[in-house]
Amino acid sequence: MRVALFITCFNDTLFPQTGRAVVTLLERLGCEVDFPEAQTCCGQMHTNTGYRERGLALARRFEQVFADAEVVVSPSASCVAYLRENGAGLDGRLTELTEFLVDRLGVEDVGATFPHKVTLHPTCHSVRLMGIGDRPQRLLKQVRGIDLVELNDAAVCCGFGGTFAVKNADTSMAMLSDKLRDVLNSGAEVCTAADNSCLLHIGGALRHQRAGVRVMHVAEILAAT
Amino acid sequence: MRRNVGKATDTIRARRAARVAEVPDWEALRDAGAAIKARAMASLPEQLERLEAAVTRAGGQVHWARDADECNAIVGAIAGEHGAREVIKVKSLATDEIGLNDALAAQGVEAIETDLAELINQLGHDTSSHILVPAIHRNRAEIKLLFEHTIARGQDLGWEITAIAEAARRHLREKFLSVPVATSGANFAVAETGTIGVVESEGNGRMCLTLPRVLITVMGIEKVLPEWRDLEVFLQLLPRSATGERMNPYTSLWTGVRAGDGPQEFHLVLLDNGRTDVLADEVGRQALHCIRCSACLNSCPVYSRVGGHAYESVYPGPIGAILTPQLRGLEHAPTLPWASSLCGACYEVCPVKIDIPSVLLHLRARVVREYKSRRSPEALAMEAVGRVFGSQRRYEQAQKLARLGRGPIVTAALPGWSAMRGLPEVPEQTFREWWRSRPPRAAGGGAAQ
Repeated sequence: MRVALFITCFNDTLFPQTGRAVVTLLERLGCEVDFPEAQTCCGQMHTNTGYRERGLALARRFEQVFADAEVVVSPSASCVAYLRENGAGLDGRLTELTEFLVDRLGVEDVGATFPHKVTLHPTCHSVRLMGIGDRPQRLLKQVRGIDLVELNDAAVCCGFGGTFAVKNADTSMAMLSDKLRDVLNSGAEVCTAADNSCLLHIGGALRHQRAGVRVMHVAEILAAT
Repeated sequence: MRRNVGKATDTIRARRAARVAEVPDWEALRDAGAAIKARAMASLPEQLERLEAAVTRAGGQVHWARDADECNAIVGAIAGEHGAREVIKVKSLATDEIGLNDALAAQGVEAIETDLAELINQLGHDTSSHILVPAIHRNRAEIKLLFEHTIARGQDLGWEITAIAEAARRHLREKFLSVPVATSGANFAVAETGTIGVVESEGNGRMCLTLPRVLITVMGIEKVLPEWRDLEVFLQLLPRSATGERMNPYTSLWTGVRAGDGPQEFHLVLLDNGRTDVLADEVGRQALHCIRCSACLNSCPVYSRVGGHAYESVYPGPIGAILTPQLRGLEHAPTLPWASSLCGACYEVCPVKIDIPSVLLHLRARVVREYKSRRSPEALAMEAVGRVFGSQRRYEQAQKLARLGRGPIVTAALPGWSAMRGLPEVPEQTFREWWRSRPPRAAGGGAAQ
């Protein structure tokens, strides 16, 4: 299957390792990956901050860039949910990575090995906006050697919320400190999610505290052998 | 405060989840609730006229109030006609919204709150911080000390909850039996029959609704339900969503007046106070569907950290963040729509499916469009970043600048990130640079490594 990768501006610039993992994973599963280089940003930040016209113009731009793609895969539940909500879901051809793996390719065991203790932050937009369900868990459970541990209050927001984290920094950090407590209490070495925006937030604080817990996108675990 | 609110919201949230899980057709009930409210709003003038006719037929008197001042004047005049020095109050958000207590005090009438939590706030010269549990920010020790300095002066109430509550009970019982005029709000008003409904947990509301000679109900116009049978839906949705109970302890329903039974004079004041303006906004109007259950407050990670006072409104939490700016005018509460991380927990629990995140986004866009300067630092940064994302060339240049630690992408993201969070090092190579540097794949792609 030929798939076009929508990496998102955020991953392209700050988390290139996630993009490399997605490519490795998809090619291992027999897909041919395209990367339309005209792609930039979906416009979610603008729309969520109140600059809707600009945000929607970027969503239209996304549609044009990917107009000819058979299937588009993106490792960001949040951007996918935003695009779908704003009529840029490419008539069902835009899919989030774990959704693509489980529903389109019909695989849960992607042949990965990752012998570490891992906890999953489900992310608000994955669960509530996109309805991703338990697909990340199902994929992670099949990984060889993994010790997947529960995260208390997993579905509660980590406090990122895009520009919320800077506009309401104190409130955001109060939410983050509770999330950190739960991550540390889980005993995991790695906190994972299907979205790097939350992981930027959680990971930034873990690093700041020198907690010794890493953050990794689900794709990076699934690509590990 | 954060500990008190966090603990209380955790408890109610868990109880709600358990009670909702018992109902097999919960989602269908939510749909029905949303549909009934949408119908009521779409035919609001007609429903209000039906309500007025039915209440009048049953012996009540109906008044129309455009705003807070008109409403306060109507209630004040009725209290004045009866020479009341005191009125007892059923817990009511509408009367808090219009500042009825202060208005009555200005004409020498004391309004006495009878809901235990409202009484605590009144005695402590405090304001409500939760729709349903107005003193949620207070703990037992604070309340004990407050009572010992006010209604139970000189007594040692001990630490038992029942003993502390007993002091309020003694204080209020005397008022129920002596004060001739009561005020209330309304959870529902049925247009078909003219029946008004109040649901509560303590029974103090029931006392106010039955013992005084005169009853004045102040009701936001959006509380009207077309038909009697609509109550079936809301009396299931509300208690489970609000207190996590299968059924609330007291459901009081009354229709006009009845000789020899209950108040002999009943006034219904229909309050607009900005509501018809809200109705004019096609996206925002769903905020009027709210049945004041508080499930969105209890599930909101922002509310549980900052408490209700931060919203500076009778209506705090997620619903307040969309209702207050619309009722007062966006220019009077322009930051409230941003008081959310858009996590969606509120929408998930709302019994009438108000899509709060979408309304928040809608209001954010309206504030930016109608009230924010295009030259504000934020608007300029957004414009600059927007231009960057508008072209591949500018975007790739910005990525290079970001790696040097400056440029529009970084400056937009930096301020306020601050103390607790580190920013990641911008990697040496963007994803697209790596992509271009890859050796060409074998024709046909596939499993090439």
